[in-house]
Amino acid sequence: MTRALSIRNLQKVYGNGFQALKGIDLDVEQGDFMALLGPNGAGKSTTIGIVNSLIGKSAGRVEVFGMDIERQPVQAKSCIGLVPQEFNFNIFEPVEEIIINQAGYYGIPRREACERAGIALKRLGLWEKRRGSARELSGGMKRRLMIARALVHQPKLLILDEPTAGVDIEIRRSMWAFLTELNNSGTTLILTTHYLEEAESLCNRVAIINNGEIVEHGKVSELIGKLDVETFILNIREQLDEAPILGDCRVSLVDSHTIEVEISRQRSINALFGQLTAQGIHVLSMRNKVNRLEELFLRLVKDSK
Amino acid sequence: MNNRIALTTIVIREVLRFSRIWLQTLLPPVVVTSLYFIIFGSLIGPRIGQMGGIGYNEFIMPGLVMMAVITNSYSNVVSSFYSSKFHRNIEEMLVSPMPNYIILLGYTLGGVARGLMVGVLVTLTALFFADLKIEHPWITVTIVILTAMLFSLGGFINALFAKSFDDISIVPTFVLTPLTYLGGVFYSIDMLSPLWYKLSLANPVLYMVNAFRYGILGVSDIDITAAIALIGVMVLAAFGGALLLLDRGVGIRS
Repeated sequence: MTRALSIRNLQKVYGNGFQALKGIDLDVEQGDFMALLGPNGAGKSTTIGIVNSLIGKSAGRVEVFGMDIERQPVQAKSCIGLVPQEFNFNIFEPVEEIIINQAGYYGIPRREACERAGIALKRLGLWEKRRGSARELSGGMKRRLMIARALVHQPKLLILDEPTAGVDIEIRRSMWAFLTELNNSGTTLILTTHYLEEAESLCNRVAIINNGEIVEHGKVSELIGKLDVETFILNIREQLDEAPILGDCRVSLVDSHTIEVEISRQRSINALFGQLTAQGIHVLSMRNKVNRLEELFLRLVKDSK
Repeated sequence: MNNRIALTTIVIREVLRFSRIWLQTLLPPVVVTSLYFIIFGSLIGPRIGQMGGIGYNEFIMPGLVMMAVITNSYSNVVSSFYSSKFHRNIEEMLVSPMPNYIILLGYTLGGVARGLMVGVLVTLTALFFADLKIEHPWITVTIVILTAMLFSLGGFINALFAKSFDDISIVPTFVLTPLTYLGGVFYSIDMLSPLWYKLSLANPVLYMVNAFRYGILGVSDIDITAAIALIGVMVLAAFGGALLLLDRGVGIRS
């Protein structure tokens, strides 16, 4: 089956000499929900910009559903929907018109565009706001407007650049449900986010980019399996003046009733509890310091520096 | 991909845009032209007498219409396209499969639409001050459309290079206004000394104003065929240049 996205040796050097991409290779299969992760300035937005023809590449090849973005731009662009990181619509235009115009740019007749706009607005809870100008919308509504706009031409590949940045938890959860439903209906999704919890719970694949290079790429479950160490936060009943010694585990005292323990995945947690009990220390509660994907991400980014 | 629908979308969007803000776009030229007619036509005009063999009121009328067409077609495209860059909604079009020539044509026709609408409004205003009898309707229409196209394309190129709102006001203030005022709107170049006469011939606006005046009044300071050919060539050159810049992503792509 043709890949939804295939990137080969993609390079980008900006006019000021900064090399944003150093020859990345990336494949996204049809039906995937892939998270593209990386710290600020890693090259995520540059990659997305090149795939969407907003940024010119310096070298390499990009194919969308087997179509080269330079040789077959019309066919390739028709397959992609983009939800950018920053609001990029005319804030003075009515909400409905923004979506209808976008459909028009894709050659969709006005009557059909109106119908599709209506469906998208209802689906994303913006129907009541359709006549007002976009500047009257809240931040979360503006994000949903950009999703509705990106979907109006029914793209097979939807790229979302930090779609949940700055939205409250309730809206974020409803967006997650919406995106999952979209993916289940067959749309391939690529998501960039700084919320690793979001990536871990939504996506089946992850690519981590740092300093313009892909440092890890694969299934979420496989990548998490590579994590050899996990960090736990333990709340202790007794008051401690110093961190206890627990074999080869790295332990640090967070405060007098809290310790942080790094434990190898090969090591049993039961043994850890046994050592604590032997020292007269009782654990009241325990949690991961960060989620597992975040732990992996932080280690990979640190290692690649 | 249906390019006709994409083109219509841009043109309708542009017409709606300037129509929604008619107080800023359509009314000011009518007010300004009325003042020109009152001051130069009705108050000072009778003391000037005839110009080029016709009454001063009638003489300045085509030039004033053309001045409004030039200014409005230019400012429509330069402000609309630059705003799209500034608010980044230009990306809506750049990510779409619509070819660049459609984007360029859409903005140009939007500028032509505003230029023509303002031209009609100013002409209707002029009827209160001067008699109007169009001698050569086809020449009049051809010239006004070509001129509106040329300055719409000029506005587009200006907006491509512009990096701030200052950059979109520099050309209209320091280039367009002097060229228009010195383009024979208020006088016949026959009045000028030989040096200024020759310098005026290098001003492209002179050919547009005079060709338009010929279309309406049947009098002109310059050869009409040469004027139409010159304007036509400039339109083609501006379209080609703007498309080349757009294809190279000048001012819009990193």
